[in-house]
Parts: sequence; structure tokens; C-alpha cells
Amino acid sequence: MKIKLLYFGRPREILNTSGETVDVPDGIATLAEMLAWLRIRGENWALELTDKRVRCAINQEVAALSDPIHEQDEIAVFSSISGG
Amino acid sequence: MNISIQDEDFELAAELAALRASSAKVGALVSFVGLVRDFSGGEKIENIYLEHYPGMSEKALEKIIAEANARWRLLGVRVIHRVGMLLPNEQIVLVATASEHRGDAFAACEFIIDYLKTAAPFWKREQTSRGTAWLETKDSDVQRMERWHSEKS
Repeated sequence: MKIKLLYFGRPREILNTSGETVDVPDGIATLAEMLAWLRIRGENWALELTDKRVRCAINQEVAALSDPIHEQDEIAVFSSISGG
Repeated sequence: MNISIQDEDFELAAELAALRASSAKVGALVSFVGLVRDFSGGEKIENIYLEHYPGMSEKALEKIIAEANARWRLLGVRVIHRVGMLLPNEQIVLVATASEHRGDAFAACEFIIDYLKTAAPFWKREQTSRGTAWLETKDSDVQRMERWHSEKS
């Protein structure tokens, strides 16, 4: 399943990437499972993308980590928002 | 367009004049301008860096403004949020509201900035002599936003 990933805030800086297209392996159906898969990439990923620390949006709507992901989704991964 | 996300600074007087000119029915104009403070937890701030999620940030602000329009009788709304590198005392954000009477303009202006703080995808990084830190949503901002759930006007 191909999805578009975007990173903002702290994860964008620490992981040194603002976006990528990934091919998520079969069996990964939710945001939480996708994050667990990304955490395997290395120490920074494991530390930065914890369920507690990270927030996500699917197709530009804030989403819960239990929400399902779908082919071609635009998924944003970011730290706690702090505008204004 | 009543929403702008931009690097450039804005001119408060010009924005209010435009809102005033938009309708002869306007009897009240209220504005809030958020600035960069020069201190944070006892540390002197050298600069802040702001980024946003293009596409989602505009949508989130449109939704907040639509909710304000549903709650109060408004004649106009203007929101400007700056991004990029900003120095202490610089303007970060403008929320301006126009209505026939001041009650609606005051309430809607406060509602929009309270929601913007907690629901619009912007991120702020502070630079002090100790280094940089990404800010978290403040509990006090969440509490201010939650007041509007119980206080339906």
C-alpha cells in the first residue's frame, strides 16, 4: 500500500525529512501500526515517533492513532501544535 | 480571501480599514495581534521559527471562521498568520472581526484565536542561548479553548 508521508515540527527537524512516499507492508492497517513500522528505521525514529509524542493527520484532518490508513492517503506526522 | 499565511509582516491599520470599508453596517471592529515575546521561562529569546502544514492550515482556519460565523452575527473576519523566522516584538498573528455591535466582534475574535492556538497546524521553535526547542500546546490554551464548549452563546 503506497502512502504519502509528510513531517512537520520536531519530527521534520530531528528525522531530517519533510516528506516521502512509502510502500507500507501488508498487515499494517492503522496509524499506530504504521508508526511502529517507522520506528524500526533507527534510534531517532524510535525515540521521536512514540505514540505519546507524535500527532497525525490523514488527508489533512486530525486523526486518532487507531484510525485506519488507506492506499494513496496523505498522512502527516508532527509534534504538538503551537501556533498563534 | 480572509485568510493569509505569509512570511511578510502586516499593517494593522490597513487591515482594519479594509474590514471597515467592507460594509457600511459595521458598528464594531475588534482586533487581536499576537507578538513574539523576548523571554520564555527565564530565558532570553533570540528568535522564533514558525512553520505550517500548507493546505491543512488554511482548511483548519476556514473551519474555525465558519464556526465563529455560525455562533455570532459577523460582517467580516480577517486572519493573518506569519511563518518563517521572527524576532522579539515582531507581529505573529492577526485576528480581526467586524460586526454590527461590539459583543459579537469581541466574542468571535477571542474564540478564533483560542481555537487557532489549539486546532490549526502551526509549529513554533524558540531559539535561546541554550539552543532550540519546539513548543508544545500549552495546557492554559487548551483550557481557554475548552471554555467555548460549555459556553455556547
